[in-house]
Amino acid sequence: METPVNVNQFRPVAKDIQMAQTIARPSTTYWQDARRRLKKNPLAMIGLFVIIIMVLGAIIGPFFCKYNYSDQDYDNRLASPSKEHWFGTDNLGRDLFVRVLYGARISLAIGFFASLINLTIGVLYGSISGYFGGRVDNVMMRIVDVIYTVPLTMVVILLMVLFQPGLKNILIALGLVYWIGMARIVRGQVLAIKEQEYVLAARMVGANKWRIMLKHLIPNSMGPIIVSATLNIPQAIFQEAFLSFIGLGVAAPMASWGVLADEGAQAIQSYPHLLFFPAAAICITMLAFNFLGDGLRDALDPRMRR
Amino acid sequence: MANLLEVRNLRTHFQTYAGTVQAVNGISFSVAPGEALGIVGESGCGKSVTATSIMRLLPPNGKIVEGEIDFDGRDLASLSEREMQHIRGNEISMIFQDPMTSLNPVLKIRTQISESLQLHQNMTKAQAAKRSVELLELVGIPSPAMRVKQYPHEFSGGMRQRVMIAMALSCNPKMLIADEPTTALDVTIQAQIMDLMRELRQKLNTAIILITHDLGVVAGMCTRIQVMYAGRIIERGTPDDIYYNPKHPYTWGLLKSVPRVDARERRRLHSILGQPPDLLAPPEGCEFWPRCDYAMEICQRQKPELANIEGEHETACWLTHPAAAAHLAAKGGPAQ
Amino acid sequence: MMSAVNAVKPESATDTLVKVSNLKKYFDTENGILKAVDDVSFHIERGETLGLVGESGCGKTTVGRTITRLYEPTGGAMFFDGVDIFKTHESDLKPFRSKAQMIFQDPYASLNPRMTVGDIIGEPLDIHKLARGQERTDRIFELLDLVGLNREHANRYPHEFSGGQRQRIGVARALAVSPSFIICDEPISALDVSIQAQVVNMLEDLQNRFGLTYLFIAHDLSMVKHISNRVAVMYLGKIVETAFSNELYDHPMHPYTKALLSAIPIPDPAVERQRTRIILEGDVPSPINPPPGCRFKTRCSEVMDICHAQEPLLKDVGGKHQVACHRA
Repeated sequence: METPVNVNQFRPVAKDIQMAQTIARPSTTYWQDARRRLKKNPLAMIGLFVIIIMVLGAIIGPFFCKYNYSDQDYDNRLASPSKEHWFGTDNLGRDLFVRVLYGARISLAIGFFASLINLTIGVLYGSISGYFGGRVDNVMMRIVDVIYTVPLTMVVILLMVLFQPGLKNILIALGLVYWIGMARIVRGQVLAIKEQEYVLAARMVGANKWRIMLKHLIPNSMGPIIVSATLNIPQAIFQEAFLSFIGLGVAAPMASWGVLADEGAQAIQSYPHLLFFPAAAICITMLAFNFLGDGLRDALDPRMRR
Repeated sequence: MANLLEVRNLRTHFQTYAGTVQAVNGISFSVAPGEALGIVGESGCGKSVTATSIMRLLPPNGKIVEGEIDFDGRDLASLSEREMQHIRGNEISMIFQDPMTSLNPVLKIRTQISESLQLHQNMTKAQAAKRSVELLELVGIPSPAMRVKQYPHEFSGGMRQRVMIAMALSCNPKMLIADEPTTALDVTIQAQIMDLMRELRQKLNTAIILITHDLGVVAGMCTRIQVMYAGRIIERGTPDDIYYNPKHPYTWGLLKSVPRVDARERRRLHSILGQPPDLLAPPEGCEFWPRCDYAMEICQRQKPELANIEGEHETACWLTHPAAAAHLAAKGGPAQ
Repeated sequence: MMSAVNAVKPESATDTLVKVSNLKKYFDTENGILKAVDDVSFHIERGETLGLVGESGCGKTTVGRTITRLYEPTGGAMFFDGVDIFKTHESDLKPFRSKAQMIFQDPYASLNPRMTVGDIIGEPLDIHKLARGQERTDRIFELLDLVGLNREHANRYPHEFSGGQRQRIGVARALAVSPSFIICDEPISALDVSIQAQVVNMLEDLQNRFGLTYLFIAHDLSMVKHISNRVAVMYLGKIVETAFSNELYDHPMHPYTKALLSAIPIPDPAVERQRTRIILEGDVPSPINPPPGCRFKTRCSEVMDICHAQEPLLKDVGGKHQVACHRA
């Protein structure tokens, strides 16, 4: 189909370099692109949703509950779930639902802060080891190897026996021990990045080692760091639950999910609901964080861009 | 004589999160048996997508939205994947740019070459092994009987590319598509490979489509050349046409931006300012007008079609229209 | 402790800005010692462009990185403006790093993806305390103008730019400290043909404007010849020939140089049709444990007995033309 040619249109016009330089597609940063990819992952979004619900429930949930966590309803002890008590009551007549919500505060807080401590120690350790290399790296990594061979749960148990049960002590114990996974990951990233041309360029321009670590290496390792930190949280929650289960965790009257589970396990034959709800809370939360962590890993992987 | 390959009005689009990228936007060309066609252009012009469209090796978000690819009587654009598998490696072969990643690192060379032979030519393992040695010899690899049992990492870049060529030619395909086959290689190795391809083309009468950005490489190798820009063919002809009598401002600019090692004086390189358009939203009219020193009003409104100049020489530019003669005379030809 | 860089310089009557003597860089590998650079010497005059050309594995990139101490040298000396940089303590290298800069090959890897363009260009200003606050912003804008980019680009991230634009950002970063010497390590190999011309023209303009001295490292001899005053050809860790650009093309003396020149495709069908190529047999041998004698002997068409026994040294054949070959 030949469009007719209008010979009057053969007048010269100026070229337009600016137009030739316009970028048509909307600019996205690394984070925007990652967010978009994450949104497409249904499991990860479900996980995120569950976590948000949990956190909201933990913080403001108890305000909306009829019962306080210490209210004892003697006439209604060990009741099964009902409209009055959604999760039932325990052996002192306390509403289990509200206790689970309070437990969420403790368990989630422990998970979050323990992971934060692990992150800080691990990132520093790993980036120093990876960037300095040579003998420094050798020594630091051998230390990590030695720590790795020791069953860490045992170490935590020993520490808790030493320290005495308590919230602060759990955080210290967990923080001191579980950073090595993060350290290895960060070291691996740093090793991969430090020969990149932009790091060479930074050296060429006169940057010293610290500047390179803080401005170039660590920011570009954020992907694996975030994924690792996210996956550390359920690990910490579980560790705390386990410790509390064997009596080394938080002290009464604070009741984390682990403590609740411990109480529930003692009555498992006759009153299974006492164990079921705290255990379900632990499982669902751990699953949610794992889904989110996996989703983040895919979303933040630079090779899968676009 | 009938053409071996005839592409008619091919359009290939990619779906991305930002929209549809019109990578190839209506191209038509043909390849005769035994001839060497060079497709030249810069990144993003659509030359590689043309090749992967013909071979039907597009990624999941790419699709041929229009056009026919007539190869030896069949329309490749409408064949099923199964039918294409009979054609790939058998009647049309392709070699790629990076010899480092095109070979499977955990399989011996003999196994990789034999795969094609056993699949398409129904050879037994023993027959295929024997033929593999012959093929390595054909492409000039010394001690072929020993080397055929080695792994890819034991070969250098140039040698690997020869192996790729051997694999590609193993079933005597009628056509070989070579997508930037020497770009990743050193220049002395490149010379070896180009020589090899010339020799094999004469020996086996295989048609070759050579895709590259290197204007020097096509000058010595191809019987016809077509220049692509922003998904369309903007000029084509014999090498003499393109290099001594270019008619499109882009071709002019391109030839003037390449330094020649045999140049006597140190002259400033011509540079085409700006960059190729984003194919998400190609401009109205001729895609090159924003960068063109000769742009006219009609260039902004209407896309010029390929028009014949002389013999095989065609170009898609409004400057060839009689109404542009005054403008061209006033502006003068391309800067010398 | 007064470092050598701050001491009073000896007579600097010559115009030589860079003098590299007997440079050696060896790497330890599991298969032996990789002699990437093995006794390389050259000099560059102020305002000159020296081209360093060779194929993969010849050591040219290693030369660039070693003379700037991105890699620690195994041996030799590098005199910059009369001072041996190799003898300077690591912590005293800052002044050198404000006078010598580098542009890198890969536009996709040479800019930190997490920093804005403004921060990337501003980093040298911060490190060398050259400008602060508004002055710093002004200087960044000035540098963006110099390389042909818009001021708005300062807030964008590298991935939003094309390869050619990224190289310009790299050039702006190098210019931030107002250096006198820039090493261009394959700055255009990853770019499209028409963009290569843009970048090369820009480099030439900047050289004219600021009196810069360049070491231009590349494998594309056509481009190297175009931009350089003199060219040095490397093979397997050694310089085999050095000459003025046209002289190298008109009278190549080393067999490798001749082969290299004959292999370069020329965009001219008539020339290509009647060319006779010197085809080098085989591949480039490994720089690990190279054979004794001349390193090119395994592929040389003019090899003699003495080539197996004795390594040829760079010899002057007049007019700043040097060759390392027994036949010269």
